[in-house]
Amino acid sequence: MTTAAAAPARVERRLLAGPADGRLETYLATHGRLPVLDAPRLIEVLREAGLTGHGGAGFPAWRKLSAVHAARRPAVVIANGAEGEPASGKDKALLGAQPQLVLDGLQLVARALGASGAHIYVTAASVAGVRSALAERHRAGLDQVAVNVHVAPDTFVSGEESAVLAAISGRPAVPADKRVRIVESGLGGAPTLVQNVETLAHIAQIVRYGPGWFRSAGTSDEPGTFLATIGGAVLSPGVVEAGYGVPLGDLIDAAGGATEPLQAVLVGGYHGGWVPPNPDLPVSRAAMTPYGASPGAGIVLALPVGACGLAETARIAGYLAGQAAGQCGPCINGLPRLADTLTDLARRRARPGLPAEVERLAALVTGRGACRHPDGTARLIRSSLRAFESDVAAHLSGRCLAVR
Amino acid sequence: MSEHRLHIDWTACDGRGLCAELLPELLVEDDWGYPVSRDGTAEPAIPRRLEGPAQRAVDRCPALALRLVRR
Repeated sequence: MTTAAAAPARVERRLLAGPADGRLETYLATHGRLPVLDAPRLIEVLREAGLTGHGGAGFPAWRKLSAVHAARRPAVVIANGAEGEPASGKDKALLGAQPQLVLDGLQLVARALGASGAHIYVTAASVAGVRSALAERHRAGLDQVAVNVHVAPDTFVSGEESAVLAAISGRPAVPADKRVRIVESGLGGAPTLVQNVETLAHIAQIVRYGPGWFRSAGTSDEPGTFLATIGGAVLSPGVVEAGYGVPLGDLIDAAGGATEPLQAVLVGGYHGGWVPPNPDLPVSRAAMTPYGASPGAGIVLALPVGACGLAETARIAGYLAGQAAGQCGPCINGLPRLADTLTDLARRRARPGLPAEVERLAALVTGRGACRHPDGTARLIRSSLRAFESDVAAHLSGRCLAVR
Repeated sequence: MSEHRLHIDWTACDGRGLCAELLPELLVEDDWGYPVSRDGTAEPAIPRRLEGPAQRAVDRCPALALRLVRR
């Protein structure tokens, strides 16, 4: 199943390669028409390619597709471009530059599954571009399965799978209690496949260029490229594409380099974890796991030495507390308490019990909600106590190592 | 072998605490009155001898936030 050894993982354009003038004609001249594959063949191709989801969870794409196909009932496919994470801009960039790749992936999967309906869920900023791309496809007779466009609210949890279903059904975009798996019974009771827009774009390339081509980027365990949103103390924040396993320093350099020496890097976004600013650290699941982080949806935030990591994390924790959907007691109550406790620590309140209280609250909220918002928040906060351990000690004696 | 577990619908749970009163071996209340499983799992396993009290907790929850599931 493995092909010849891949070149070392690096910054390289695949999704974002090629002209992006927004015209269907240009797109078709570059990529050719979309091949048609039935479900068994598509599942096999994706399994060979080893594509995993790009919405944050990293679940193997072929497994989800296989589960929906196994239901043997008309399915529904939803392209998720909600991108609720404020530090993430990759879905917006992809939808702006290559909407046809996303729409091709959506159409391909919808046809393979014999879908009765297809939907695309994007923020207000991306709607016009998506509608215009769909109109061009309609005129060219490209889409057998009609695609409905839905606007995602600009909230953190709006992209959670069950929140997506709720929004498309005309209800508020908040998570639901999980009774049955969405792949078995989702929108209107139909087996539903929710896939991040970037994942669909990768699918549209894999079926054209093959699993071997896909695997020639990244590592053999984590093949392919991913879109990363680089921000924080870098000269040119923005979206960069690279193979999994790319050295962290290469991503920072591709964003113009650090503007000052770095203290730490937040990987995976606001539900991610802090890692050391080691330029050789590969951005892969394997290398990030020891730090309690993972590439997630590709967010990389550089923290300079002059900033306090605890204060920055407390700020993010406050934001996350405010973004709770407001449905679940442990989250509504626990997250603000967690954020306040971390803020006390960040403000150098000399109470020796603070770190233990933060750990207690983090454990208390984990697993106790309809979605993983409290879990992700707890993970970020715990990672900050580890990454900024020496600063925790300093703060408890009224000092800060970073800020005078 | 599958077993019964207690599933909490967190979107419905209102922290009234009847469940923790009826199943003190399995549940305690957190800082705000919401049930926490003593075994540290999200869905506590129900031993056979507690199946009766567990069903009572499910029936009596004012928010209808509980159900028994087989895992």
